[in-house]
Amino acid sequence: MTNFPWLSVVIFLPLIGALFILLFSRGTPEQVSRDARAVALWVSCITFLVSLGLWVNFDVRTSDFQLVEKSVWVPGLDLAYHVGIDGISLFFVLLSTLLTVVCILASWESIHERVKEYMVAFLVLETLMVGMFAALDIVLFYVFFEGVLIPMYLIIGVWGGPRRNYAAFKFFLYTLAGSVLMLLAILMMMFEAGTSDMTRLLNFDFAPSLQTWLWLAFFASFAVKVPMWPVHTWLPDAHVEAPTAGSVILAGVLLKFGGYGFLRFSLPMFPLASLEFTPLIYTLSIVAVIYTSLVALAQEDMKKLIAYSSVAHMAFVTLGAFAANTQAVEGAIIHMLSHGFVSAALFLVVGVVYDRMHSREIATYGGLVHRMPVYALIFMVFMMASVGLPGTSGFVGEVLVLIGLFKANSWVAAFAATGLILGAAYMLYLYRRVIFGPLTKDSLKDILDLSPREIAVFAPLLILVFWMGIYPQPFLEVMHVSVDNLLERYHSAIAAHSATALAAR
Amino acid sequence: MYAAAVFLPLIGAIIAGVLSFARTGDHHHDHKIDLAAQLVTCGAMLLAAIAALAAFTNILVNGHTGSVEIFTWVDSGTLEISWALRADTLSLVMVLMVTVVSSMIHVYSVGYMHHDASVPRFMAYLSLFTFFMLMLVTANNLLQLFFGWEGVGVASYLLIGFWFDRPSANAAAIKAFVVNRVGDFGFALGIFATYVLFDSISFDTIFALAPQKATAMMKVFGGEFHALTVICLLLFVGAMGKSAQLGLHTWLPDAMEGPTPVSALIHAATMVTAGVFMVARCSPLFEWSDTALTVVTIVGASTAIFAATVGCVQNDIKRVIAYSTCSQLGYMFFALGVSAYSAGIFHLITHAFFKALLFLGAGSVIHAMSDEQDMRKMGGIYKLIPVTYVMMWIGSLALAGIWPFAGFYSKDMILEVAYAAHTGVGQYAYWMGLAAAFLTAFYSWRLIIMTFHGTSRADEKTLAHVHESPKVMLIPLGVLATGAIFVGFTTVSYFVGDNYDAFWGKALFMLPSHQALENAHHVPLWVKLSPLVVGAVGIALAYFLYMFRPDLPPKIAGAFPALYRFLLNKWYFDELYDRLFVRPAFWLGRNLWKKGDVAIIDGLGPDGVSAAIQMLSRRAGALQSGYLYHYAFAMLLGVAALITWLLMTGR
Repeated sequence: MTNFPWLSVVIFLPLIGALFILLFSRGTPEQVSRDARAVALWVSCITFLVSLGLWVNFDVRTSDFQLVEKSVWVPGLDLAYHVGIDGISLFFVLLSTLLTVVCILASWESIHERVKEYMVAFLVLETLMVGMFAALDIVLFYVFFEGVLIPMYLIIGVWGGPRRNYAAFKFFLYTLAGSVLMLLAILMMMFEAGTSDMTRLLNFDFAPSLQTWLWLAFFASFAVKVPMWPVHTWLPDAHVEAPTAGSVILAGVLLKFGGYGFLRFSLPMFPLASLEFTPLIYTLSIVAVIYTSLVALAQEDMKKLIAYSSVAHMAFVTLGAFAANTQAVEGAIIHMLSHGFVSAALFLVVGVVYDRMHSREIATYGGLVHRMPVYALIFMVFMMASVGLPGTSGFVGEVLVLIGLFKANSWVAAFAATGLILGAAYMLYLYRRVIFGPLTKDSLKDILDLSPREIAVFAPLLILVFWMGIYPQPFLEVMHVSVDNLLERYHSAIAAHSATALAAR
Repeated sequence: MYAAAVFLPLIGAIIAGVLSFARTGDHHHDHKIDLAAQLVTCGAMLLAAIAALAAFTNILVNGHTGSVEIFTWVDSGTLEISWALRADTLSLVMVLMVTVVSSMIHVYSVGYMHHDASVPRFMAYLSLFTFFMLMLVTANNLLQLFFGWEGVGVASYLLIGFWFDRPSANAAAIKAFVVNRVGDFGFALGIFATYVLFDSISFDTIFALAPQKATAMMKVFGGEFHALTVICLLLFVGAMGKSAQLGLHTWLPDAMEGPTPVSALIHAATMVTAGVFMVARCSPLFEWSDTALTVVTIVGASTAIFAATVGCVQNDIKRVIAYSTCSQLGYMFFALGVSAYSAGIFHLITHAFFKALLFLGAGSVIHAMSDEQDMRKMGGIYKLIPVTYVMMWIGSLALAGIWPFAGFYSKDMILEVAYAAHTGVGQYAYWMGLAAAFLTAFYSWRLIIMTFHGTSRADEKTLAHVHESPKVMLIPLGVLATGAIFVGFTTVSYFVGDNYDAFWGKALFMLPSHQALENAHHVPLWVKLSPLVVGAVGIALAYFLYMFRPDLPPKIAGAFPALYRFLLNKWYFDELYDRLFVRPAFWLGRNLWKKGDVAIIDGLGPDGVSAAIQMLSRRAGALQSGYLYHYAFAMLLGVAALITWLLMTGR
């Protein structure tokens, strides 16, 4: 089945589903809503199953891009529809397809208005996300990368909370501001290398001085997406105002664009600049770990707290990527995937009580364990995964990043490791205020525990958190060769440059 | 067999955990569920204990040491880590002790938690804890050790906060977890440093390579230091957290908020000794760093005396025993510090029995006194609960190190090795340890007398209810008491005596130049006798002050008010940490949020820019006044500027 266009199917199936909903839904508003939900769920489930085919057909022994499809798009400019995956991008595709299913299921009852448009937005979003991770043409990449903003902007702006306009604009402007610079850099690269083919760009040696500028331009875009301190302030607002599923996809997938971008573009294409700017990345990331963890400690809004914790967690990703050794980079990828499950699940956890009480204030709750023991258990598991308990996915990523980082720079590793302490403090403090204590508030006396549908939403994430925590081999073995190839490219470019620099003396 | 001992508790925990969701609130139905959970967990634990005994005899008698690999855990670059069960003397001794003590405490909990509304949950937590503890002691690499380490931390967090309606229990649970995380921070860095030095964190590899790396230097934290010293000190920070050593001890007394069986299992017999186990396990590393060993000795000896002084003035029966645990852990550490690892482990094992016995005895008292824990409201009940009374005597005799109880052999040995180290820190440890031994005997009998003797200070209602505990609680007490009596003299020759080499094999490592254990057999007679003498004096003093002259203690406290308050407030550690860390963290968090994010970043960033643009557009809008002469004037200005520019640039 290697001739089967696996990637194109995964990319365009959701789009076809979206068109189907738009064209064929008829009848009363209730019928339309019901059909839209059903179609969206079916399409996303089938897409997810097909995407598993990518993993089955993936050859872990080669670092080349696999399942490649290429057809000319704009002949004169050498632009092509060119997609393919390697050990770095494979799991991000799967993460996107899985979380879309989770999101649609999680929105089943909480979205009542414009259900049709909502489902269409999510399916379009899925197409764009998968396309982004699979793109091998830099212009195609840019189209998907920016295209994602539109459905996300709509999801926050239409189905969001009371301050949704402010949040949506802030989100849009921040990310767009970075992207403009990235577009300029992409054009510059195409002029310089004469191609938009990423497989060729990955092996093109840009001049050192040019690398610096290109790196900074990409950094402007990726740093906002990660988000890195101090361009992180759009994230808490966007999360707070977004509907639950919007937060899930935002934290689960969109934040990975930045980390993925650093690994796909910055390190292999601009290795000299990456080395040069590593201290900057270290500094900003450490500030993020400590600063946002402390800020999380002071939050009174559950979603904001988890949003800030995301910033701290993603700082581990940037640290790992730029520590540039096997453990750190593999750890960064695992940590991104783990954060994809765990933060998605934590936003769902908040969503569950938000659906019941319509409040995100921590003070609204307390003593939920009395009425919601299953909920308390699930919350506990994901909280522990978030604080990096061994046996959960959070630990594997964190410990690999820190081990690699310690090799690269022990001070940085020590500062980053303070996140272990602070992370435990703010998460346990949150859990205590929401779950433990006597149940005294009248409004909570009749609150219901998780429904079977809600348990179904959490189930795949629970399995993944433990699977990746206890037996991460299936995930790690996919990335070994690709990561080695990336690091080989990175270090040989640096070695070659310092050799010529020495020879020039 | 060996795997069964480790994984049976996990199976029990899962089943009991599932059962905990099957409670409906119907009394009859719930009773059955509770019974099922108790049967499953106790059954699994007892089977695990039998399996552990079988494995112990099989492996040790037949000499089949080695390890059982399960499957790969993490494999990244040169870092290869497997789930595995290590089978050597140290692991086996620990597995046997943990399964035996834990199964007794499981059985005891059936009676103690009888009235509780969450019996299956409690049993599930206890079994889960035991599983993590077993994973810890059977680890074959540092990362699996860390897995068990953090796992027991979570189980401890859950059990301290078991009664989650109590704010104090919740606070204590969080405190325990976070303070332990501070230690784990050091532990984790120690693991990373080990990997950087050895390119492996597997015990077999690093222990084999340690002699080659004995003088290696490591560039770390901006300097170049002796690599093994760095590693050992970092690992020891972890041990200090878990084993509640001075500085990171503050969580242990608060942890008494948990139900008493928890205090006995986790906060006396097993989890808190994990730090001691870890240092002993890493003896092939610690041996090469005199600096690290010196630090271990000083911290241990200081903790021993510090906790003993505080234990003398506490009024909560469980807190007295908690400080006593802290103090005894200090003994174990300074034994390790003078390279007498086996003496430390010996005391760990004997202590597990008599301290679990003391806690469960205290639990029996609390049970009898309708959940009263304050000793000032007890007294005069020894005739009402005679079995418990006898049990407490046995435990206290063992704790105070009176012949022929178990504690006598191990504590004596520790003081002798400290003396026989013939080093400055060894002397410090010996004298601190001796003073602490005196205080130990004193506070133990202060506890017994205040609890059981004199006229009762309890109210009549409580007193009327005082009753001996049921058999399901007394039998475990009996088993542990048997241990507290016999474990000492039956095993002393294996742990620290003539059979040392045959028993330990290669499980522990001592440099030939570290002779404390050997010399301990040749110390002067007065050193051998001194612990017994100070113990007897301590007991006598307690009798004098609390039995015969109960008017004196308040007078003494009144005579030294500052000292008394200093001790009563536990040397003000909690207050200090609150001011130094807790409050500043929250203050910083609030200010970084409100001032950093909102005022500065957003103010100068998006909000500032949008405000600036709005202002500019308002100004620009104001320019469109509609008056022709305004526009004409602006045009003239433009023309003038253009001409000036052309003239200036000379075109």
